Amino acid sequence: MQSVALGGVDYFVLALYVAFVIGIGWVLKAYMKTSSDFLTARGSIPAWVTGLAFMSANLGALELVGMAASGAKYGIATAHFYWVGAIPAMVFLAVFMMPFYYGSKARSVPEYLKLRFDERTRALNSITFAAMTVFASGISMNALAKLLNQLLGWNYHMALWVCSVVVLVYVLRGGLTSAIYTEVLQFFMIVLGFAPVVWLALKDVGGWDRMNETLATVATAPSKLGINERTFAPDAWSSAWKPLLGGPSANPMGVDVFAMVFGLGFVLSFGYWCTNFLVVQRAMAARNMSAARRTPLIAAVPKMLIPALVILPGMLAVSLASLGQDGYRLPPKPIKSYSGIVSVVKATAAESVDPQAAFARVSAAVGMKLDEAKVASLLHDVPTLADDALEYRIQDSVSEIDYDGVILSLVKKYCPSGLLGLALTALLASFMSGMAGNVTAFNTVWTYDLYQAYIAPKKRDEHYLWMARAVTVVGILLSIACAYFASNYSNAMDVVQLVFGFVNAPLFATFVLGMFWARATAHGAFFGLLGGTATSALFHAFTLAAGNAPGIKGGYVGVLSTFPSEMAQNFWLASFAFLVCFFLTVGISLATKRTKTDEELKGLVYSMTPRLADDEKHWILRPAVLGVILLGCCVVLNVIFW
Amino acid sequence: MGLDIRYPIGLMFGTIGLVMVVYGFFTGSDPMYQRSLGINVNVWWGAVLFVFGGLMLFFARKTTRETTPKA
Repeated sequence: MQSVALGGVDYFVLALYVAFVIGIGWVLKAYMKTSSDFLTARGSIPAWVTGLAFMSANLGALELVGMAASGAKYGIATAHFYWVGAIPAMVFLAVFMMPFYYGSKARSVPEYLKLRFDERTRALNSITFAAMTVFASGISMNALAKLLNQLLGWNYHMALWVCSVVVLVYVLRGGLTSAIYTEVLQFFMIVLGFAPVVWLALKDVGGWDRMNETLATVATAPSKLGINERTFAPDAWSSAWKPLLGGPSANPMGVDVFAMVFGLGFVLSFGYWCTNFLVVQRAMAARNMSAARRTPLIAAVPKMLIPALVILPGMLAVSLASLGQDGYRLPPKPIKSYSGIVSVVKATAAESVDPQAAFARVSAAVGMKLDEAKVASLLHDVPTLADDALEYRIQDSVSEIDYDGVILSLVKKYCPSGLLGLALTALLASFMSGMAGNVTAFNTVWTYDLYQAYIAPKKRDEHYLWMARAVTVVGILLSIACAYFASNYSNAMDVVQLVFGFVNAPLFATFVLGMFWARATAHGAFFGLLGGTATSALFHAFTLAAGNAPGIKGGYVGVLSTFPSEMAQNFWLASFAFLVCFFLTVGISLATKRTKTDEELKGLVYSMTPRLADDEKHWILRPAVLGVILLGCCVVLNVIFW
Repeated sequence: MGLDIRYPIGLMFGTIGLVMVVYGFFTGSDPMYQRSLGINVNVWWGAVLFVFGGLMLFFARKTTRETTPKA
């Protein structure tokens, strides 16, 4: 990646943002009196603020980068992660589940599990969740530091530590409120920072219709750009559902409709949006029950529209590359270090070996797929090139695509100084607030669900406030440690993420049975969850996606079944884990005795809880009505982009 | 919570917008605007940010006035 030079005005925008987030923490410090102020912010924040934070806690930088990457790889079908994989679950959370989270005395999602079932399920959930948040924030900070290093030439360690310290300062002072406020700031930053870039790219391509025309030619021969070896119908990139209905071979995702709707739209999406404390915590901070229920609904509005900012850039990039606009190409995978490569290239050029052997030697030195013609012309030009020009040419000859670099390649292409600072600040903001989100969820779960529950119960509140602050520092240090771990052992990191995927897949079954079936018992929940997790691990051990070798990608015990793509494997894995957890919980519950009385389950289970009286002034503002309206809008979007 | 988030949002985007407009105004003929298709995107987008910031401040101020009793 060629680095870009930031001007003074760009640094000014960046510095101003940092000054504001720290300033917000500074002001909020005065309100942090109890551990609850610091950790849960309960009852203090208006719904539109928690709503935007709810949405933006999930709009981390990895999401931004990843969605643009998927937009390039799969086209508009990527929007299913929003329209199928988020909106219905958010509406369900608001209408059906929020009353139990907010209405029970639970301060966290694991604590709900303790109230509903017992300590075992809570311990399982809180330990995995705490570990997951730390790893997630570490992975994202590693990505940030790497990006700043490649893009701006900043020192990796300095970038990592400086950003972490900024997060530490404002979270330590303002706690969850700080994190929520900066998430709102980040939301506007992303919208206002990326909108002009997308607009310029769209204008450059020549408008929406022109983009679809180019995407149609790409779809019939995506191998020309090195995107996909297969060929598709012309609408594979520009229609959301038609390619899916044609089966896994008709769409670049390699996914069938059932896996998409049940696996992603039901199991994974409800599992994430309805049970992940990171997002649910935002709603629980709302001012009152009605604000808490409106939080996911308010979040659903921008969530529905955000694909225009995060997925469209990927599609535009493919379109631009296909048009060859000003020599634009999809960014090649960055070469980490040229040491060793340059000398091989020079030696090869000097020896004048035959072209094929020369190409093989250079390819081996770089360790990636290269473009044969570009290597040949590079070798021819070697004597005339200075070292940095040589490095540039070597990088340019890499033909493997760095999809994660797509969004930045557009920022670099279209942003003059000034706008550049704004767009980069948006990216940086989403990284930092992602870390803050993880750390604030981590410190709550640690303090209430692990420390207070098992290590030091019945202390004074000042003690827990102190612990909450201390563990914020610890959480950030652990994140930094994970970032270094991720940068050194990316394989180990893949395993860690895989294991968390196993744990998460069945989770929604436990919650949905817990909330809507009074007969579900503690034994049923605990062993059902364990069984579901074991199922995911087994499923993974016995299945493989086409094109992958057995190993970390699955099938290391034996390959019983092969899926057309990793995404399909993933969706099916989740579906199986969910079903096993669901039926196991039901079976064990029926075989064991209830340990909680009806009275104890009041406020925790649907049938034991008196119906909520909607206190909204207008019937149109009731959560159920708003939910139906939102689902209607979502259907309309799906039809428009059918 | 005592802090209305619209104040910091308004102040921040208002300031960034203003700076971008001024910067764009003084760099109008710079070749770097070829990147943004010949449009002086700093002036235009800076103005949008400035207006957005202003609106945020306006609404925050309005709420503050309505909720604090007159002295």
